[in-house]
Amino acid sequence: MKLTLEFTGGMELLFQGTKKVSVTLPEKVTTVKTLLPWIRDSLLKSKPDMFMQGDTVRPGVLVLINDADWELEGQLSYELQEGDTIVFISTLHGG
Amino acid sequence: MTAESPDATIERLLAENERLRQRLSAIEGLSGPRIDKTALDRSSSPNDTPTRKKKAKLSRNDIHRYSRHLLLPEISVEGQLGIVNSSMLVVGAGGLGSPACLYLASAGVGRIGVVDYDEVEVSNLQRQVIHDEERVGLSKSTSATIAMTRINSQIECIAYNYLLDRSTALDLIKQYDIVLDCSDNPPTRYLLNDACVLAGKPLVSGAALRFEGQLTVYNHHGSPCYRCVFPAPPPPETVTNCGDGGVFGPVTGIVGTIQALEALKIAAGVEPAYCGKLLMVDAMSGAFRTIRLRGKRKECVACGDGATLTGLETDYEMWCGMKANDKTQSLAVLKQEDRISVDAYNRVRVAKTPHVLIDTRPLVQTKICALDNSLNIPIDELESRLSEVEEAVHAGQGELPVYCICRRGNDSQLAVQHIRTKFPSLAVVKDVEGGLEAWRRKVDPEWPEY
Repeated sequence: MKLTLEFTGGMELLFQGTKKVSVTLPEKVTTVKTLLPWIRDSLLKSKPDMFMQGDTVRPGVLVLINDADWELEGQLSYELQEGDTIVFISTLHGG
Repeated sequence: MTAESPDATIERLLAENERLRQRLSAIEGLSGPRIDKTALDRSSSPNDTPTRKKKAKLSRNDIHRYSRHLLLPEISVEGQLGIVNSSMLVVGAGGLGSPACLYLASAGVGRIGVVDYDEVEVSNLQRQVIHDEERVGLSKSTSATIAMTRINSQIECIAYNYLLDRSTALDLIKQYDIVLDCSDNPPTRYLLNDACVLAGKPLVSGAALRFEGQLTVYNHHGSPCYRCVFPAPPPPETVTNCGDGGVFGPVTGIVGTIQALEALKIAAGVEPAYCGKLLMVDAMSGAFRTIRLRGKRKECVACGDGATLTGLETDYEMWCGMKANDKTQSLAVLKQEDRISVDAYNRVRVAKTPHVLIDTRPLVQTKICALDNSLNIPIDELESRLSEVEEAVHAGQGELPVYCICRRGNDSQLAVQHIRTKFPSLAVVKDVEGGLEAWRRKVDPEWPEY
């Protein structure tokens, strides 16, 4: 399955500045719950705590599934679909 | 051209002095807007809140001044009356608060309160467009009210020159209709959220960093509150402030201006666009993206069904693990024997004692200024570039002492820790205490400040 992943709000700094990437997932990755550790283990080079805590994203990260808050889509249990765009946004606090 | 006589010089300087005095007193006279440090002595009871007389109709002057609003069918006379009869509290007179205040004052918001504990500093002027060179050193809240009063003398501007905390927030917010979160740190953001939920006020929230901005309207017409979306605070090490990460000036301008836009729409009785929606601005790609946020969280402690929040009892700084400002905090992870003062390190340099100086700042900062003969290995790259450290240590006769330096002396301590762990046999690995900031303060006053 092919997906687009996006990282913004500073999340891209964990991924060498990559803001957008197309990925082909192995068959066992079918939900957001399995997607997160796959991203951590395959794409992240360091600082896994800055991305995940426990089995979910760390506090202060908003996850979007096709432009909607993931909480509207079932959060971790969301079943990934071909062509989905999943966005990880670190919230900003500066002003 | 003939040379000026001494008498003429004196006369000219006296005249200039007089002009400057007049200018100064004009500025001081403009501090007429109330600087309310005692507002909190007032009881929070609504009866004690100084009431502004609501206008039943617009005056002839109002019609002239706000005519471009009155021509808009969506605003019209009713909407503008809503604006002039409204009161708004702007928390933070920085990058976001500056443009927000300018537009709120121009639009005629009846009473504008500005809270900020900080003073205007030269490095603010790149984006905090409400302040100017003349007001460097003045409190930001006062500076903002001076600027707003210059734009619009018909409105009331109140400066609150202190840090908003849980003992002051609720009483203050109750006195205003709409709150704009133009702050710069998580503890203040949670504090404002809780106070707005308790007082039932809409919270127009903005944030900016680097080339990105975010904006939404919390706690209004069924939209979630900040805690619904972010029930737990971010780990402190993931929070970057503008003073470390940088921020492109116009980005704060865009976000702060849209905050004013949304607040004015609420006052005018027009539904805001970002209720339950988050605007994300990426100034680099030019993308303005709006996403749907979740609804209220049923189990939200602030606004959910079984909400337990009854007052501002949380110690917000402790809960977030950080201070309610955007100043970088000093770490002390090393023992004193693993540190060297800037003065002692200066003696090492003056004596030309062979050593290795590792500058752990990001490359971009070393372009601003760097000590001669330093080796730049950004802290994030240290692990992968340890061989360069090893090489440098053995470049001379025997083993050279290693000193690590950074901007403020935090990352350099982490670097020392890391190098010590990897090369336990090295005799001297020390951090230059206080970094280049301390170097500027104590050793080289000509060193750039950034």
